[in-house]
This record gives sequence, C-alpha cells and structure tokens, in this order.
Amino acid sequence: MRNIVIIGATSSIAEHCARLWTKQGDVTLTLVGRDAQRTERVAADLLIRSNYAEIRVVITDFLSPSSIKATADQIAQKGVIDIILIAHGSLPDQHDCEQDLNKAHSALEVNAISPVLFAEAFADHLAKANHGTLAMIGSVAGDRGRKSNYIYGAAKGLVTRYAQGLQHRFHNSGVRIILIKPGPTDTPMTSQIKAAGARLAPVDQVASDIVKGIESGKPVIYTPAIWQLIMSIIRHLPATIFNRLNI
Amino acid sequence: MISVESWGRIGIYPHNIMHLTAPDQALSIVKNNHPGIAYGMGKSYGDACLNPGQLLWNTRGLDHFIHFDADNGRLTCEAGVLLRDIQQLFLPRGWCLPVTPGTQLITVGGAIANDVHGKNHHGFGSFCDQVLRIQLARTDGSIIECSRHSSPDMFAATAGGVGLTGVIITAELQLRHSPNLWLETETIPYYGLEEFFYLSDSSETEWEHTVSWIDCLSGTAAKGLFMRGRPARDYDKATQPRRSRNIPITPPLSLVNRLSLKPFNLTYYQLQKLRPVQRHEYYEDFLYPLDHLTNWNRLYGPKGFYQYQSVVPRDSGMATTQAMLDAIASSGEGSFLAVLKTFGQRQSIGMLGFPRPGVTLALDFPNNGDATKKLFERLDSIVRDAGGRIYLAKDARMSREMFEAGYPLLNEFTRYRDPGISSALSRRLMGS
Repeated sequence: MRNIVIIGATSSIAEHCARLWTKQGDVTLTLVGRDAQRTERVAADLLIRSNYAEIRVVITDFLSPSSIKATADQIAQKGVIDIILIAHGSLPDQHDCEQDLNKAHSALEVNAISPVLFAEAFADHLAKANHGTLAMIGSVAGDRGRKSNYIYGAAKGLVTRYAQGLQHRFHNSGVRIILIKPGPTDTPMTSQIKAAGARLAPVDQVASDIVKGIESGKPVIYTPAIWQLIMSIIRHLPATIFNRLNI
Repeated sequence: MISVESWGRIGIYPHNIMHLTAPDQALSIVKNNHPGIAYGMGKSYGDACLNPGQLLWNTRGLDHFIHFDADNGRLTCEAGVLLRDIQQLFLPRGWCLPVTPGTQLITVGGAIANDVHGKNHHGFGSFCDQVLRIQLARTDGSIIECSRHSSPDMFAATAGGVGLTGVIITAELQLRHSPNLWLETETIPYYGLEEFFYLSDSSETEWEHTVSWIDCLSGTAAKGLFMRGRPARDYDKATQPRRSRNIPITPPLSLVNRLSLKPFNLTYYQLQKLRPVQRHEYYEDFLYPLDHLTNWNRLYGPKGFYQYQSVVPRDSGMATTQAMLDAIASSGEGSFLAVLKTFGQRQSIGMLGFPRPGVTLALDFPNNGDATKKLFERLDSIVRDAGGRIYLAKDARMSREMFEAGYPLLNEFTRYRDPGISSALSRRLMGS
C-alpha cells in the first residue's frame, strides 16, 4: 500500500495524477487543500474512482509557516510517506503584478514561498525515514525570466533553485527529489491564456508524464518532453538576441 | 474569441468560451454571464452546441463523480463526465450504463440534453430513461432539481431539451448490472426492406442490440447488413486497449464523394460478408466502432457534412423508408454511413425527445451545397407526410415548419426555457 501526500490537491494537474495513482492499485491518499468544499469534492471523486481507497482530507492555511509545519508533522505521524507531490500555484497576470505590488506579493507567496515551506517541512521527516520521493511542480517559466511573466517565472525559478539544493542535500540517500517543469497546460489556471488562443498540453498527458517521471526518479522532468529542447534553446540565447524577442 | 465547430464541420465560428470548473463556480458564471449555451464534447452534428459570436459555457471541467451506491447501482456525477469514463470505471465492477449511443466520447449533460439512444432501444429505451434526477443551474441564479416525481414537467423539458432549460450541472443515473464485456454478435446480409423488418422483428426478443447498415445506392432491393449482438455467455478473453488512429489533417476534398461511394459501399459490404457470421466482439468494438478513429469527421473534407436522421411511424415505415431510399438514389447524392434501425415501443420522456416507436434512418452526406439541400427538402416532405421527425442533435438545416410538425409538444416546452439561454439551433427553429 503506497502512502501518497498531495499538497494543493484541487490543482487540476495534481488531481489527474491522483486519478492515475488510484488506477495503479492500492494507495492511501492524503489530500491537502485550502478550501474544504473543493477538496472534499476531489476526495469524493477519487473515492469512487479508486473503489474506496483510504483518502484523508487535510485543510490548512497555505501561507502560514506554523500551519504548514503542523500539517506536515501531523501527516508524517500517520505513517511512512512514499510520495509527496507539491502542486499548488496560480498564474498571475504580469501586467497586474506590475501595477499592484499586492498582487505581485501574493503571486510570489503562493508560487514560491508556500511550496518551498511545505517541502522544507516534510524534508526532515523524509530524512528521518531515509525514504520517499518529494516532487515539486515548477514550470518552464522558471528557466529564464521573460517580460511576459517574470513574476511567476521568478517564483518558479526560486522553486528550481530550492529543489537543486534539496537534491544536493539528499544525494546518496534513500530520498529522491524531483522537479517537474510543465509547459502551458490546459487547466482552469490557464483559462485566460487559453481564451487568448494559446496552444496548451492536455492535462491527462502532463499528469501521465509526471506519474511515470516520479517512478523513473529522474531529477528534472519536462512535460510535454519537447519543452526540454525549447527551453534549452531559450536559456542559451545570448541576451542581445533574447531581449529583442517579444516573448 | 476562439473558433469552434460542431461535429459536422459545416461552419467554424468565433465564440467566447467560459470554463465551468466546479458546481458553485458554474452557477455564478451562468448567472453573471449570459446568454450562452452549454458545450461539452461538441459531438452534436449541427448547430445545437453552437452560439456564433457569443458565449459557450464549456462543461468539461465538471468531471467529478459525486456518489455511487454499490447496492443499487445509483451514480451521481457532474455533467461533464464522459460516458467512456463511466463505462471504463464501472464495467469491471459489474455495472454499466443501460443506454449509450454509437460513441462514448460524449458528456452526461450532452446525453441528457439530446436524450440519446443506442442499439438496444427496443429493450432499454433512451438515455433519459435511466436518469433519476437532474440539477440545473439557471441564469437567474437559481438551482432547480427535477426528476419524474419532483418538477416532472421541468424534467421532461430538460430530457432532450438541447440545453435550453438551464445548464445541467449534476445528474443521478441508474446503472444496471453488466453481464459481460464481450458480446456474441451476428452479421446477416439482407436484400430489401421486407427482409430487414423481418430480421428486426424476429431479433428483438432474443437480441439486446440490433442495427443495420444499408447501401443506399443499391436500388429497390436494398442491400444491407443486419447486425445484432447480446451479452456473451461463458466467454472471456483478456484484451489489450485498442490503439486509436487519428485523421491528422482535413483532406482538400471529401474522400466520400460520387466517385468513391460505390466502391466504398461495395468493399465494405464484401469485407463484412467475408467475416464469420457469428463472432465474439469486445463491447467497445461493437458498440462504439468509430471511437477508435479520432477525428473521422475530417474525412468529409473542408466543407464538412450533414447527417440526416429521421424517425417515422412503423405502420407506414416500410413504404416511407423505400421512398426515402428512392429519393436518394435518384438525386445522385449518396451516403456511406447509412444506418437503419427499428425503435421499440418506448416514446422519449422528453418534450423534444427524438425516439418514438417506429423506424429510424440516419444518413451522412458530404456537403455539396444546394444539391444536398434540395435532396433534404425532398426527404423532409416524405418524413413530414409520414408523421415523422428529424433528430435535433444531428440537424443543421431543417425549416421551422418541419420542426414544428415533428415536435407537437413545442409550445409546452417553451414555457420551461431559460430566457438567458440561446443557441444557433434555438434561434433558427424557435426564433430566440
């Protein structure tokens, strides 16, 4: 019986990963969310899809360090964790962030500080057990700052640097740290850019890449895989060329 | 604005799209943003799911199961759940949907809104016969729960009501015990409608599923293949999920055309005849044969295609069907996917529901402009004279007169419409 913890369980990508995990066989799922009603909705659905797996719902404040710590301690107490997926996030409008520092502040909190604090809160428990995989959802946007979304990109860049640090810390141990970098994915979070005509990857494909990637243990997973190539080019463009691009 | 087309691809139109992602959020979106029409998988062939230049509420985010009672098979789910997901999840547990149409890639909401039917109509009726309860979000901000017992009129208006009575948010469905994932099937060649009706009538008690393919170019003694299936007894085999194939691009011309149709029909007929008469088929292969061919609608080329599906009463069914086949043959237009089937005794519970006792003929025609429309007018007059009707889920072109003649409960239906909901179809056929 695998023990899987999902932070930000109402995120569409996380939910589709959970659906795949329930298909794979016996799991215990702990769903951590902000909104009780939305999280219970996901839990009820997974309960039916999994043919009545054990599913726990934990509601907590995602921005309070003490709540995050208490949540991690409480979950870790229930048993050895096999997989933790930290999936929450929101896509802010870059222009809004430039106009209103409160929006920039909240985007940085939700997309950078909160996931890092969750990971940090679980890291000690993983170290003690010397077991488990911690996967964080970053973004291709974190690979290089771009004028069209650099607040979000900066937050995801922070997650990238943090995950590198954790990978260093847990090198040669029983704990694995995985950073997932999805390209733009078709979820409620991206409905604004979808309405603007952007091409988005289907969420079930992204979820399937993530579940397989976590199994494989690769330290960094791009999904869809083509983004590894695209971002490699974008990272290596000299600033003189890059800064002229309208991206 | 995003370009959206329906399954027939007759036209592609810009739409505003708003995504419904949770029941409470859906209610507030529908209340604060209208007029619009719900859009699920876009498998309606005509304009029932379109609202050019205006708003679509995309329901695919409402894809959660809510409750399942394993003692009595009652399933409550959100309206954007696909029939495929229900089948794949519950069949291994011994339950399935009693009625599904020829594709399972449609939403529960769409299945209710069109009161879809399948090959087992004679035994199980149409989709809404298994619907116990519907929850609607109305544009005035209210939620209406309806069933056969509470607000039965609203229930009857919503079943087959092409989305015009409110946005279907959740539904409770009665699943049935699934007998077997495998069906024993038979394919029997027939000549002429007399043989078809004989085969249909004599199969109805012993066979759950009946349907037939008919070569609509083959003249008076129409050549056809009668297919029937029933849950297999004592048969089980492991299956690999079948790989889907995709039609990746739209060919510049319809691949179904005057030159190709005769050889197509002949080849199909001969190939089917080569296969053993009695076989075992996996339920997905028998019930949803085209689901493995993604985007098959592109085969009809950039101008798209029409589907013409009618039902006429049984008494005059043979003569009417023959008259329709004759009209098609003499028009020079032809149909490859021509399906002929008898309906059982159950009338749709819906005020605008399509299924009724009689015989239904479904025909695909590549869009050849005026020539195709002219043939449809000829077919309309035959159907109208016989007291029949055209299926709204398929229609993109019938006249208001034809619609009113086929749907006598229209005036009653209008009373239950949500004034904040409008589609291309509702404006074409109901004026608003």
